[in-house]
Amino acid sequence: LKGYRRYFLNKLAWFAVTFVCAFLLNFILPRLMPGDPVAGIVARMAQGATNATGVQAIYRQYTELFHTNEPMIQQFFIYVKNVFRGDFGFSFSQYPRTVADVIKSSIWWTICLQFPAIIVGWLIGNTLGALAAYIRKGFDKVLMPVSILVSNFPAFGMAVILLSIFGVTLKWFPASGGYGFDMIPNPSWKFVWSVIVHYQLPFWSIVLITIGGQAIGMRSMAIYELNEDYVKYSRFMGIKDRKIIGYVFRNAMLPQITGLALSIGTMVSGALVAEIIFSYPGLGSTILSAVTGQDYPLISGATLIITLMVLVAMFVVDILYGFIDPRIKATQLD
Amino acid sequence: MRHTIRQVFRSSNFLIGFIVFVLLFATVIIYPLIVTYPPLEIISQGTFFPPGIYVNVYDSIGSTPYILNLDDASAKRIAGKLKNTDRQAMKDWLVAYGISEDEIDISDSAGLLRLWEVNYDPSTRLAGMTYAKHMYYQRLNTSLQGILSSEGVIVAAPNAETGALEETGTVKQSDYVNVNEVPNVRVLALGTDNFGRDVLTELVRAAAVSIEIGLIAGTLATLIGLSLGLLAGYVGGLVDDIIMFFTNLLTVIPTIVLLILISYSIGQERRGAFTIALVIGFTSWFWTTRAVRAQVISLRNRDHVNLSKLSGHSIVHIIVADILPYVASYVVMAFILQISAGILTEASLSIIGLGPRTTTDPTLGLMMNWALIYQAPILGKWWAYIPVVLVIALITFSMNLMNTGLDQVFNPALRE
Repeated sequence: LKGYRRYFLNKLAWFAVTFVCAFLLNFILPRLMPGDPVAGIVARMAQGATNATGVQAIYRQYTELFHTNEPMIQQFFIYVKNVFRGDFGFSFSQYPRTVADVIKSSIWWTICLQFPAIIVGWLIGNTLGALAAYIRKGFDKVLMPVSILVSNFPAFGMAVILLSIFGVTLKWFPASGGYGFDMIPNPSWKFVWSVIVHYQLPFWSIVLITIGGQAIGMRSMAIYELNEDYVKYSRFMGIKDRKIIGYVFRNAMLPQITGLALSIGTMVSGALVAEIIFSYPGLGSTILSAVTGQDYPLISGATLIITLMVLVAMFVVDILYGFIDPRIKATQLD
Repeated sequence: MRHTIRQVFRSSNFLIGFIVFVLLFATVIIYPLIVTYPPLEIISQGTFFPPGIYVNVYDSIGSTPYILNLDDASAKRIAGKLKNTDRQAMKDWLVAYGISEDEIDISDSAGLLRLWEVNYDPSTRLAGMTYAKHMYYQRLNTSLQGILSSEGVIVAAPNAETGALEETGTVKQSDYVNVNEVPNVRVLALGTDNFGRDVLTELVRAAAVSIEIGLIAGTLATLIGLSLGLLAGYVGGLVDDIIMFFTNLLTVIPTIVLLILISYSIGQERRGAFTIALVIGFTSWFWTTRAVRAQVISLRNRDHVNLSKLSGHSIVHIIVADILPYVASYVVMAFILQISAGILTEASLSIIGLGPRTTTDPTLGLMMNWALIYQAPILGKWWAYIPVVLVIALITFSMNLMNTGLDQVFNPALRE
């Protein structure tokens, strides 16, 4: 396990560095924005208030609350200290809710929607791609153009089309929200069923998009492997076709796993937009409302969480890859 | 070079993609020359007018009538006013009122209307009926008035002095106008959007702007990616380490996060289409860098490069003359993909609400954003968003087909 440990530590160090950089960007970029966000909330809160001193007092209070009156460096240290305690400050647009509170209520929707969908799509896509490479002929002729078409479809386009066909025209599934709008989250069967029904359209729209790209990638990888010398050699040796195919697909699978790690970020971004289209109560919708509400603590908190989510997912895939591909261990031992 | 181009155009994938793209491009250029309405002009009072040919009613009354005796005219007229759902609703009301169900035949318009006229009274409100439903029946009743009459209508205009109505003409049920003779006809092939703007004109302009964004973003990303990749791959050492550090960093940090943060930081006022294109270009170069670098490293120690080095050529000369031609095919493919990725990214960004802020130029993403904000999908106003999705898909599809075609030409292993 010695080789593995080095591989893991290497990966871990790399992801840690990336996270620090992402963290810095996260802090700095929104604060470069022109205009005073506190003035925005005060204007909203003080609508109709005629007392100028009152408005000023509100303004002062909010400035202190959000520390926007302190120098950038100071703000940064306060931010770091707070983030490590899981405190992202108050949300500007949904005050008095805290950012942590807003994110906590939406993150599980996102995680439970996106990761299962991406994994299912990846599995189906790879199986189809491998079959297309092996069978060729009719199956390939149908699957390839369809996958090209589907994978070219923007993620939000697929979402919108599923929404208008199955949600609005056929009315098979509810068109928006994470559960019935007449319900309050509670552990009853009725609520669980409502969640399941609302889950279908966003889930399948993400799955379909993922399938297309993965199938194409797997197909060309498998075709490439099928033409390798070791396949010909095995054929000459008289090894059974079934066994050769086992080898081929195992080898073709490896780049697909790395590909998965690299494309998780893209997939998540597509899925966030799909959430917005279905008004799914996840992070995508949270970001949308934060953007409309000029809510920088919330934007920065949400993007930080998304970055963290993606980095952790990539790390897990990389670790799995290390176990699956023995060559990794070999190179690390040298 | 010429041979390569000929070979590329012989690939059916590339050719189809190329033709689709050229057609789209030509439409985007030619359409504004023919239809010169400003793309964002608000023309309709009210939102989401369905697609169709809009004929001015006032002008058609004024046009010379042609008499056509068509047998099915009155049947169609009744069907147009009395839809099946209305018939069913009338039956429901009558049954609730106390008429036995056997007496009512909803396919018999005359019979149904007679029963309705005899029994319906706008002032009676049936027990258990909601107010909305009650009002619906009142409206239905009004619209049914005179539906069976075979007389024409009289057109009257108020006298300017006395204010009394004076007959200016009659319109018979058999009168027709020729649409070509009506002076004011506007074809709204895709209806109007949530702001009351002509969707087709807007869409064509949006496609043009989006392609522009894609081209700017793609060019920028390819230029940065190519030069950094060449530099990192050929020079190596510390330069390589630094470039690769940033490249790896950007590959791992989700691009959408960077895009959200940057375009939010730019602020609303300064976020034009061009700025967004630059932002997209600056955040999408790293894939090209990675691939170019890998290829350059494998080329760096080839004999012809070493020979060039021994002959004392400068680094720039070696890169341009000895290395660039080998990576050119890849760079072209990457460029095409970057364009389509740029268009998609702009759309996603706009849906999140961080797209360009313009009052003069729509983009495909903004049209999506507007349609979504105004709930077009839920309201079933397909013309406001399906054409947009299709145009985006068509652009990216044509680009990817071109790319697949090129791939097949340059990577013989992938050919059939």
